[in-house]
Amino acid sequence: MNRENPLLSLLPFVGVVGLILVWYIGVWIRIVDPVLLPTPHSTAAALWKGMMGGTLYHDFLRTVSRTLIAIALAAATAIPLGILLGANERLYRSVEFIIEFFRSTPASALFPLFLVIFGVGDKTKIYVAAFGAALVILFNVAYGVMNARKTRILAAKVMGASRWVIMRDVVLWESMPQTFVGLRNGVSLALVIVVVAEMFIGSVDGLGHRVFEAQQLFEMPDMYAAIFAAGALGYGLNVILLRIEKRFIHWSGK
Amino acid sequence: MAPANLRLLEPTPLANAFPGPAGAERPHITIRGLCKRFQGVTIYDQFDLDVPRGKFVSVFGPNGCGKSTLINMIAGLIPCDAGEILFDGKTLAQTKIGYVFQNYREALFPWLSAFANIEYPLKLMGVGKAERREKVQALVDHMGVKIDLALYPYEMSGGQQQLVSIMRALVVDPEVLFLDEPFSALDYEMNLFMREQLQRLFVETGTTMVLVSHDLEEAVYLADYVLLLSRRPGRIADYPCVPMPRPRDGQTLSDPAFVALKGHCLDIFQREVRR
Repeated sequence: MNRENPLLSLLPFVGVVGLILVWYIGVWIRIVDPVLLPTPHSTAAALWKGMMGGTLYHDFLRTVSRTLIAIALAAATAIPLGILLGANERLYRSVEFIIEFFRSTPASALFPLFLVIFGVGDKTKIYVAAFGAALVILFNVAYGVMNARKTRILAAKVMGASRWVIMRDVVLWESMPQTFVGLRNGVSLALVIVVVAEMFIGSVDGLGHRVFEAQQLFEMPDMYAAIFAAGALGYGLNVILLRIEKRFIHWSGK
Repeated sequence: MAPANLRLLEPTPLANAFPGPAGAERPHITIRGLCKRFQGVTIYDQFDLDVPRGKFVSVFGPNGCGKSTLINMIAGLIPCDAGEILFDGKTLAQTKIGYVFQNYREALFPWLSAFANIEYPLKLMGVGKAERREKVQALVDHMGVKIDLALYPYEMSGGQQQLVSIMRALVVDPEVLFLDEPFSALDYEMNLFMREQLQRLFVETGTTMVLVSHDLEEAVYLADYVLLLSRRPGRIADYPCVPMPRPRDGQTLSDPAFVALKGHCLDIFQREVRR
């Protein structure tokens, strides 16, 4: 609550209300064909019905699980590797180009390749997302380790800490804020890749599939509902990670 | 007419034959033939120095003359190219030292509470948990510090953070305490307060202390001996004794002998700057 004026705490809702108003006006003046733009309340109804035991809920859970598995795989490989590379700057420099190259390659461009290797099942979607996220995490962890504050390392050294102890007690902690930046970016990217992958031939569920199918069947309220569900998922994952970060990486930015 | 005790302050010949201060007792740290080049610039060439035991030595000199480089080499933070540094005949590895950095914000561990920061060096030494608690508590009581040590460093004021740094350095009972411009990031009021704290700790523990300072008043006020360095390559420009009795206080600052000594140091400093 804002102490000066309690109304100020309502500010974040102004944009939302404004958007809904504009939407209604758009529907009302028929800015586009009503078939393409359903009313906000019919979209909300579709979202509610879909999430309360409808197929949308099932698709939502499938996308969540794929994204989480992908990010878990990515973190499990990229964090240790990032620490190793960051601790040996020469090693990092020698593979930097490869990391930068594939980090800059749109992961969706690799999708056909992964399809050939892993087939049309779940694996492909998860692996492509994990691959994309892993590079982002790897890059951030390595830089977090390399940019550990010199003074802190010297402080531990002068107290008699060995190289290994400095790594464990100082550098690892120093790299954590940057690691979390990588994790948050990685989660966003993994979600994007998973949703795109779900739109491909052979997919039977997931939010991407839902959006695509609703569009094909011209079920516009369902399509908008699925889009909003995907948005809520992305936003929610980011908020959760920010919460965890604030709790455990309490010193970040201070 | 200069007071008798100021005769020591006449610039001494720089033969480096006797690198300790005149009339000083047994040296604690002996430095012989120290050489350091950095990016083609000679910072020290065959540098000799004695730091007397249980005394407070302030290092003062022109910008870039290698004040910090000197104590960093003694403390083993940066390697020297040649020469020998011994602590009572022992090597650095055999000696317990403490080091207080100028930038406390970057020297403390922000993921640890103040208490955990202070006990960390004990943990490194393998001291058990109960004993660590006891030691930190004893130090806190001794210093009469009224800081909530459960706080994280970033929740504290600059002065409090630097006090925590000093306690972290002192908790292992070091033989020598190095301080690299420890108070230069603090405001003047805090600076004066911290000087008193440091002086009290020095008097009570008798630890050999080496302070790098860019504040001449602070350097002379705290010191038993002021090590005045020349422009690089570093030599001892002078190494006068500060005979004012301890505990010193605000009055000391206006004591004519203190003022004269400070003036003498300033003269040497300016002579070195103009060289």
